[in-house]
Amino acid sequence: MIYNRGKIMAGLLIFLALLTFPFWYGKGRTAPPALPLDTPEIQKLPVKKCVEPTAYMKASHMELLDRWRDAVVRDGNHLYVNHEGKQFFMSLSQTCLGCHSNKEKFCDSCHTYSGVKPNCWNCHVVPQEGRA
Amino acid sequence: MNLSRRALLKVAGISLIGAGVGPALKALEAGESPRTLASPNRLAGKRWAMVVHTQKCPTGCKECIDACHREHNVPDFGNPKDEVKWVWNEPFKDVFPGQEHPYVDPMLKEKPVLVLCNHCDNPPCVKVCPTQATFKRKEDGIVMMDYHRCIGCRFCIAGCPYGARSMNFRDPRPFIKKIKPDFPTRTKGVVEKCNFCEERLAKGLLPACVEACKDKALVFGDLENPQSEIRKIIQAQLTLRRRPELGTKPQVYYLV
Repeated sequence: MIYNRGKIMAGLLIFLALLTFPFWYGKGRTAPPALPLDTPEIQKLPVKKCVEPTAYMKASHMELLDRWRDAVVRDGNHLYVNHEGKQFFMSLSQTCLGCHSNKEKFCDSCHTYSGVKPNCWNCHVVPQEGRA
Repeated sequence: MNLSRRALLKVAGISLIGAGVGPALKALEAGESPRTLASPNRLAGKRWAMVVHTQKCPTGCKECIDACHREHNVPDFGNPKDEVKWVWNEPFKDVFPGQEHPYVDPMLKEKPVLVLCNHCDNPPCVKVCPTQATFKRKEDGIVMMDYHRCIGCRFCIAGCPYGARSMNFRDPRPFIKKIKPDFPTRTKGVVEKCNFCEERLAKGLLPACVEACKDKALVFGDLENPQSEIRKIIQAQLTLRRRPELGTKPQVYYLV
């Protein structure tokens, strides 16, 4: 036997609704951004493969970039050899943006969606933004 | 089943080892793990250093300074208080305060001498840096900065007896005339200085100032290599270093 059953149940319902508000309010409204991979530079590639597999890049590109940073700045190593033995010049603005030349659509749209504010671009220069 | 405690432990131990075999084999199958390499066409040296022939420097020439500052996106704030500089000129009397006496040629006293980070063998800036943002590379002696780690405390500015370090008190981007995209700019709140063109050495190029000097007043090379031009110069002639009495072991040598 619960006293004030109706009020308590109604109160609980309202509480639960408010608690889960962010989940059902955002549903369907904000689709994750599609990351376009159709830049002219990527179209030209004979084998359309990133430095590491896509799943890994999606989840851990920030860790890879941190390792690149430490290797270049700290150890003076400028070449990255991936699992397949393929070599890449480690450079955010030249190698990464060399293919992903659509920074606003590729990097920024996803970072904006997930509310991440990386500070890479405070110093690193986006090639198109380099002033002539 | 009647298992003794001893037999049970044996079986359990062996099966544990067996469980580890699968993942271990898989890891071996995955091929080589990613690694990093030094670029094969880099200029390799064990102790980079520079010689400045002050007499070869034509008066008023700023080619090397301009080349360096263009190459590294060095901002020009337009006032001496905020000034950021990697290579610059300083009057002889201030560069070599110990060499001054009342009878020094007054012309020489005021003569501008090119100064830059001395890439000391015993760098005080490295000792005082609380985050190891400034460090000395073991392989070639370059005193490097990791701008990612700099917190802008400016201990290094106080520590450097040569004034070779500059602080970005403001966002430098709007003050760079032409931004070179393949070299990063700095951001507000970090210290910067000459890096002996570490990024050019990695590509097999000489430092920008050395390349820009038409009068061959700057010689860059490896002191540990007995065949190098720089080694021969400093062996054949008496050179000055800035304030060697401080024990910093500066690696920029001056022919006056």
